[in-house]
Amino acid sequence: MHSKIMDVLGDRVLELGPKNTELPEAGTYKNFKLTRDTDGIAWLLFDRDGASANTLSAEVLEEFDAVLNALEAQRPAGIVIRSAKKSGFIAGADVNEFRGATDPRAVATEIGRAHAVIDRLEALKIPTVAVIHGFCLGGGLEVALACQSRIAIEDARFGFPEVMLGLHPGLGGTARFTSLVNPMQAMTLMLTGKTIDARKAKSLGLVDAVTQERHVRNAVKDAVFGRLRRTKPGVLNAILNFSPVRGILASRMVAEAGKSAPREHYPAPYALIALWEKHGGDRAAMLRAEKASFADLMVTSTAQNLIRVFFLREQMKKLAGQGNTIEHVHVIGAGAMGGDIAAWCANQGLRVTLADMKPEPIASAIKRAADLFGKILRQRTEQRDALDRLIPDMDGEGVRTADLIIEAVSEKLELKQKVYASIEPRMKQGAILATNTSSIPLEDLRSTLAHPERLLGLHFFNPVSRLQLVEVVSHDGVDAALLTKALAFVGAIERLPLRVKSSPGFLVNRALTPYMLEAMVMLDEKIDKTTIDAAAEQFGMPMGPIELADQVGLDICLAVGDMLRSKFGDLLPPTPAWLREKVAKGELGRKTGRGFYVWKDGKADKTSGAVVTTKPTQEMIDRLMLPMSNVCVACLREGTVDNADMVDGAMIFGTGYAPFRGGPLNYARSRGAENIVATLRTLAVKHGDRFAPDAGWEDFK
Amino acid sequence: MTRPVYIIDGSRTPFLKARSGPGPFTPVDLAVQCGRPLLARQPFAPDAFDQVILGCVNVIADEMNPARVAALRLGMGEAMVAFTVQINCGSGMQSIDTGYRYIREGSADLILAGGAEALSYAPLVWPQNGVRWFAGLAMAKGILAKAAAIAKARPAYFKPVIGLERGLTDPITELNMGQTAEKVGHLFGITRAQADAYAVESHKRLANAQAQGWLKGEVETAFDRAGQFYDHDDGVRADSSIDKLGLLKPVFERPWGQVTAGNSSQITDGASWTILASEEAVAKHGLTPKAVIVDSQWSALDPSIMGLGPVLSSNELLKRNHLTIHDIETWELNEAFATQVLGCLAAWNDDKFCREVLGLDGAAGEIDRARLNVDGGAISLGHPVGCSGNRIVLHLVNAMKRLGTKRGIATECIGGGLGGAMLIEAL
Repeated sequence: MHSKIMDVLGDRVLELGPKNTELPEAGTYKNFKLTRDTDGIAWLLFDRDGASANTLSAEVLEEFDAVLNALEAQRPAGIVIRSAKKSGFIAGADVNEFRGATDPRAVATEIGRAHAVIDRLEALKIPTVAVIHGFCLGGGLEVALACQSRIAIEDARFGFPEVMLGLHPGLGGTARFTSLVNPMQAMTLMLTGKTIDARKAKSLGLVDAVTQERHVRNAVKDAVFGRLRRTKPGVLNAILNFSPVRGILASRMVAEAGKSAPREHYPAPYALIALWEKHGGDRAAMLRAEKASFADLMVTSTAQNLIRVFFLREQMKKLAGQGNTIEHVHVIGAGAMGGDIAAWCANQGLRVTLADMKPEPIASAIKRAADLFGKILRQRTEQRDALDRLIPDMDGEGVRTADLIIEAVSEKLELKQKVYASIEPRMKQGAILATNTSSIPLEDLRSTLAHPERLLGLHFFNPVSRLQLVEVVSHDGVDAALLTKALAFVGAIERLPLRVKSSPGFLVNRALTPYMLEAMVMLDEKIDKTTIDAAAEQFGMPMGPIELADQVGLDICLAVGDMLRSKFGDLLPPTPAWLREKVAKGELGRKTGRGFYVWKDGKADKTSGAVVTTKPTQEMIDRLMLPMSNVCVACLREGTVDNADMVDGAMIFGTGYAPFRGGPLNYARSRGAENIVATLRTLAVKHGDRFAPDAGWEDFK
Repeated sequence: MTRPVYIIDGSRTPFLKARSGPGPFTPVDLAVQCGRPLLARQPFAPDAFDQVILGCVNVIADEMNPARVAALRLGMGEAMVAFTVQINCGSGMQSIDTGYRYIREGSADLILAGGAEALSYAPLVWPQNGVRWFAGLAMAKGILAKAAAIAKARPAYFKPVIGLERGLTDPITELNMGQTAEKVGHLFGITRAQADAYAVESHKRLANAQAQGWLKGEVETAFDRAGQFYDHDDGVRADSSIDKLGLLKPVFERPWGQVTAGNSSQITDGASWTILASEEAVAKHGLTPKAVIVDSQWSALDPSIMGLGPVLSSNELLKRNHLTIHDIETWELNEAFATQVLGCLAAWNDDKFCREVLGLDGAAGEIDRARLNVDGGAISLGHPVGCSGNRIVLHLVNAMKRLGTKRGIATECIGGGLGGAMLIEAL
């Protein structure tokens, strides 16, 4: 609920210690504020200059060192370390400083300097208390771990996301975390990069207390004067950290990691497991070894590509812009996409009316929403509120008051135009009419509109809650101001926008369709489906093309394939006749329980059937993967998209394209454009002109 | 200052028969389910209301002051004043009456008034002596004292009663509501056959109204988390017949009673809202009023004959407005029990009763059944107690619009010995 009163009082929420008592020398710090309360406790407030969230850079750590130096001399009764930012404690290291690292020794030197500061914090003879609200991630958690006690505010979230960047914790976290809490739990958190809430942190023993801002002063006093019982590592930790036990547990972790992150693509989890297996329980040795291991990982192409992906996401967020004005979304069509788009918007705090002619699709959309909210929203009240915001609207009343209308009815031009004709006269002034079409050109859709400038495309991907990309589609008559609003809306619902011009298949479907159709051609060549999927997975795709086609729905694959073929002809693999028969028979993939695979509980059964021993070949991989890069280059050349980095980001966030490869264009760049062009030419000779390299490779940098 | 008060719009959930255990919706869930589509179709924003008033008898522990909980869940904003009213079976009408008075006197312009009840959520209640025993046990210090306290336990302490059973029993006379209906039926000579025939007609009328689509716009489909939807009052039995009802045994006074489950209202969950507006609010938001509230009246009588409440309150209302029962073209008289409805009709046609109780010159006469409960009532729909009073006002307005009638009364009997009535004019 929005509260005007709390808007006024909001600045008073954070308990930042005594006011107006800054010590004389405090003004000399750029990123820190230092005060002293009447009990003699020093309040050290981290407030990174010119940033909305705290991150740790070399410069910040240097200043932190100076502050610690001064505090050591002043010997206050205790030191409170907390963030003055509303967003949270510390979001982690300043990832900017990781970019472009090539020399592991240089990284090791840098990280050694940072370690010294954290070691100094840990060694202080003064009681140190970290008070943690909001995000406490990576390096931020490592700072907290070096304090003697940790007090969490209810909203705090803890985690080590380093593994997502191809790294593991590097500021002593591997050693301090595994010695403080059950190493199995600690390792799991570091290996998955998942975050946990304050309650879970308390039960793990990561924090000593969980409280509210209003009790921070008293909690700090108790912690400093020894009245707060600290969680101590239990006997179990010692046993689990005992060498022979470690060996057994480590091999189990390796097996588990292998399921989702093959070693040749993702070295970090294995480096982390090795680090613990070798040194777990021996803090000093583990701290030492962590530096070298971290430095080695930093210079791998996997880490550098994943760091690039991190910045691609930031760039796409920036592209979305601020100042969202959309408060009420009206979604027309409660099918798979419409229902899930509506649920996601409601989850993000918007008021959503979900319109359909029939109650059945609305009811199943509400069920899917309830199931999703049950998984992603922690509080029962949050789930209830999100469901309350998702309003079934069988009479289409929401059209009159919505700021944004998202049409997600079946992909039929006449149907969509009929829907537009009925809603357009009732739309509020300034409202946006968006279509989630994936195949009908906006030029055709707008032809019957009185105000074609209000139409644009918002193309979401399935599953909406997991794939972050939204293609924001423009046409030559679109109102630029509405396009800006639409981008900000995408940002506000925590999705990443890609600006594309209206063109068949936009970017993602155009690039992804050849991947799936080529796989079907390979099936016709008697290559086994599991071998085909394995080829793509070996490249690093999260899902092979056959399984993906089942997941997307064979009817949709066929429709998009036909549409693209009608525009691009033989640049696309031919759609096999048997695919049409399969669709006619109702074998549509996951949604009907049978496609290429048999699907049970949302999973493809890959174990049944004859054991296939054929190994994927490099040619198979190239046949599947290179056309994707080829289409991306074509889209750039044609101006469908205008930024190569955004293309990479879109393919990663819209299709799960192997992130450690940095996207299809980054992959081409690192393999070498000449090599790609030559390989495509060879494939064209052997398999047909669909592999002909696009003209855009000439200018590709 | 008295200002006209308009009924603008309203909607309700389907009435859902309580089956085994709690139904899919709590009282506030129900209020949200029918409130959302109602608010969505208004030309003004949900926070434009001045206040929310909700009738609810069996408030569940998780939803104290359900009016405020519903207002917030409906997105009406932090500043929305909201309170809950309770006058038993009249609560849903009391909310309208309270809103009506606020607007009439000029202290509000736009009010959302409703009723919500989930009888399927009626709790199991421990007997008072059991609760006292448990409190004694909790207070006992030391093992010996505890053991002594435990030894005082009696089997009866652990026999929970269904809260609803107590709720439907008048505390003054210790008569169950069904027993009061038996008494009213007896006093006016209502037979079992008459009661059953009335009940059958109620089902037929509701089934017909559903089939004709007359409830569209009034009943809003409700959707639960499990993927189910509810689009009609599910207690209706279109195939109900006098023969079938004749087979049922009396439930309240065995073996000779007249009142059976078949000729009583059903135990049901439901919620209903109406929007009330002043002239100013109508002009400001460009609203089209459906009806105007002319007057309202509460009356009281011996709790053991509470079923006659509608006669008393309607009589006061008619007298004050210089009308007779024949001036009322459409009636909604809540069907708590068939014998009770028929008892009311008989009372109006009873010379002695009308002279000595109502202060009329003689029998008021017959109320034409074609004017009364035209689309069925609580016997076929169910009677979510805190909601019913709201529904009969809302349905009276909608029925009058459909029938083209001008003047109507919605009235109900109220457990504890009360009656409520509201005089409405369609616009």
